[in-house]
Amino acid sequence: MKKFDLLLTGVGGQGNILASDIIGDVALTAGYDVKKTDTLGMAQRGGSVISHLRIAAQVFSPLIKEGEVDILIGFEKLETVRWANYLKPGGIAIINNYAIPPLSVNQGLEHYPTDAEVKNIIGQRTDKLYLVDGSQKAAELGNARTLNIFMLGCLSKFLPFEIKDWEVGIALHLPERLLKLNMTAFELGRKEIR
Amino acid sequence: MKKLLSGNEALALGAYHAGVRVATAYPGTPSTEILESISQFKDIYTEWSTNEKVAMEVALGSSYAGARTMVSLKQVGLNVAADPFLAAATTGVKGGLVVINADDPGIHSSQGEQDNRRYAELAKIPILEPTDSQSAYDLMQVAFDISEQFDTPVMLRTTTRISHSKSVVDITGQRQLREQKMEFPRQMQKYVMLPVNARVRHPLMEERLVKLAAFGDTFAFNQLEKGEKKLGIITSGIAYQYAKNVFPNATILKLCLTYPLPPELLKKFAAMVDKILVVEELDPFLEDHIKAMGINVIGKEFLPRLGELNNDVVTGAAVKADLLPASQPLEKISIPAKLPMRPPLLCPGCPHSGAFYVLSSLAQRLKLPGSKQTDKTSTLVITGDIGCYTLGAYPPLNAMDTTACMGASIGQAIGMEKAGISNKVVAVIGDSTFLHSGITPLIDAVYNQSKITVMILDNSTTAMTGHQEHPGTGFTIQGDPAGKVNIENIVKGLGIADVKTVNAFNLKEVRAALKDSLERDELSVVIVRGNCAVKVPKKVNPRAVDKELCNQCGICLLIGCPAIQTEGPQPVIDGTMCMGDACTICEQICPRKAIKPASPVKVGVNK
Repeated sequence: MKKFDLLLTGVGGQGNILASDIIGDVALTAGYDVKKTDTLGMAQRGGSVISHLRIAAQVFSPLIKEGEVDILIGFEKLETVRWANYLKPGGIAIINNYAIPPLSVNQGLEHYPTDAEVKNIIGQRTDKLYLVDGSQKAAELGNARTLNIFMLGCLSKFLPFEIKDWEVGIALHLPERLLKLNMTAFELGRKEIR
Repeated sequence: MKKLLSGNEALALGAYHAGVRVATAYPGTPSTEILESISQFKDIYTEWSTNEKVAMEVALGSSYAGARTMVSLKQVGLNVAADPFLAAATTGVKGGLVVINADDPGIHSSQGEQDNRRYAELAKIPILEPTDSQSAYDLMQVAFDISEQFDTPVMLRTTTRISHSKSVVDITGQRQLREQKMEFPRQMQKYVMLPVNARVRHPLMEERLVKLAAFGDTFAFNQLEKGEKKLGIITSGIAYQYAKNVFPNATILKLCLTYPLPPELLKKFAAMVDKILVVEELDPFLEDHIKAMGINVIGKEFLPRLGELNNDVVTGAAVKADLLPASQPLEKISIPAKLPMRPPLLCPGCPHSGAFYVLSSLAQRLKLPGSKQTDKTSTLVITGDIGCYTLGAYPPLNAMDTTACMGASIGQAIGMEKAGISNKVVAVIGDSTFLHSGITPLIDAVYNQSKITVMILDNSTTAMTGHQEHPGTGFTIQGDPAGKVNIENIVKGLGIADVKTVNAFNLKEVRAALKDSLERDELSVVIVRGNCAVKVPKKVNPRAVDKELCNQCGICLLIGCPAIQTEGPQPVIDGTMCMGDACTICEQICPRKAIKPASPVKVGVNK
């Protein structure tokens, strides 16, 4: 059984915790041991949120060591480069091409990394960088909240789980009325990775 | 059936299966979800108590009546509940009583870092520490048995990383409920702690510890995992997981009953290995007790006493202790410019933002972003409290000067006044915190003729821990109608003459009320009322900046609203985040009237 150490990063409210819950259930269904831990800031919303997700035959520590993340899934660019050191050399980075500038940037006190800087930072670990237009595609679908399922669609191309297991996992966590739209987002995510 | 459960969910399910009948708590990260999770079972009694002390007392009464009972609280919650907790340890129990205590190493969301295993030692009661969700589920069930067998409350101690991590639980059991009649047989020597009776209880507590230590020697969850002879590891809690990763070949003693420690098992273990390393988070609790038994171990000279452990930290300690060879560290990425931090913020539409803006302005602290203007001497001292509103301490609001513990703002304000500072003092406290422990200090203010101003920020929920009900909301944890206490009536009932209630989203009202209170030579209470933004069902008419009217003065940025962003020097409002009609604070402070509904509603226009 292969091991997959995944790190999901984002900003509170983007839905990355729900996404990591879904991956966990899909991996459990596929017969893996799973551990998952979220690190949240103090507030409910607007702070940075990361999830460590470890999938293997047997998992001990729920936290991944720095430099051992197989796939880094970033919902927001700044929050992704903040954790770039966790990515293993040659690992995979899937980053939503979307910026949520913190207050200090809005007030002109600090600098938000440019796309060239993002590519340079990730490039020091890997050339497998996928900058995807998740937020834009989700907005085009008419529901910005489908971003997390779009990102799962991208991720699914790198994990050995069956599509039907993904469907079951997603259905477990979303109300039925949103399923069709979200499965469309999932498909769009899969197409984004070529 | 296998399921991915958080530690908190596993504890709740384990307690339910063990036949718990009464569960009490006050919300506090990382323990909140335990009661939320068990409240889904409608056949048991669950309550949000006014505070942790009350939660513990309700639990104690329930246990005396014979019911299996649990209390869940965060580490500083046990500070509040320490009095009844120690009383429970003295009287013992009837129905099993389990106190789930969630410590927060790393201070993810607390006002301090403390190792509450010390409390159990002080109280002379046993501690159970789970290592993951499966272990949490299993231990919760034996915890009640231990409580009843040894006539003692049991501390089940988790940490943030156990409570909030999800791992696989094989759910084997189902609810076991004894047929039993609830009754309280009078037994003065056990339940009435007059000195004469307490003197009888104390030797029983000492005997209890001796018996529990012997019990630990054969306790099935204290597990010896045989490996190489050259290194032995003694560990507990989440630290066990890091030890397994870092020392896969060592001989490991995993302790789940971590107080009192099992003397014979430890001696046997010490004889099996050449060297022993204790791997535990925070204080050298196991280490000190093991050393006191005359067993030679190493630990905290290599491992930190602060923060959380992880595989990197344990590996680093192992290298320092010469237990592992040093490895070449992976080169760090070079980051071209410093990355901006993302501190938590008050939400768009937060009812506290406007109140803090007014406070900050009255205290002469408002400063435009990046301005070189020097700080003026603040005319006010603002003592603060615990909740979302503690975030008002951050720039640009800068409107909170102290935060210590639940309810401290009012007492601190009285103290500053009585010490004789020349500034006016305002205490800021939220509704849930006021009901938790703000009332007794307010009585002190009345009694001792204090002239402070108290601002009660009432958003009608316990927002910071995730919107729990409280005695002022009128609903139980299960969503049923409940008794509802009225904050105005409480304050007036104490005999305070100047009590004003204002709308949090009407800044003129808030400013006028505060100014009036500060000018008075008497104790004054201002209740600032407005619903938590997260509970507002619908965003109507998000605001936008009219760029033709806007002169880019930047005053709207002083609220610190996340929806107000900038494009160069031009402030813009993110319409997807703005709460619109429910808030309008930025609109009220814009000197150019440049902030308006994004798509004005046309009234009376025929198509």
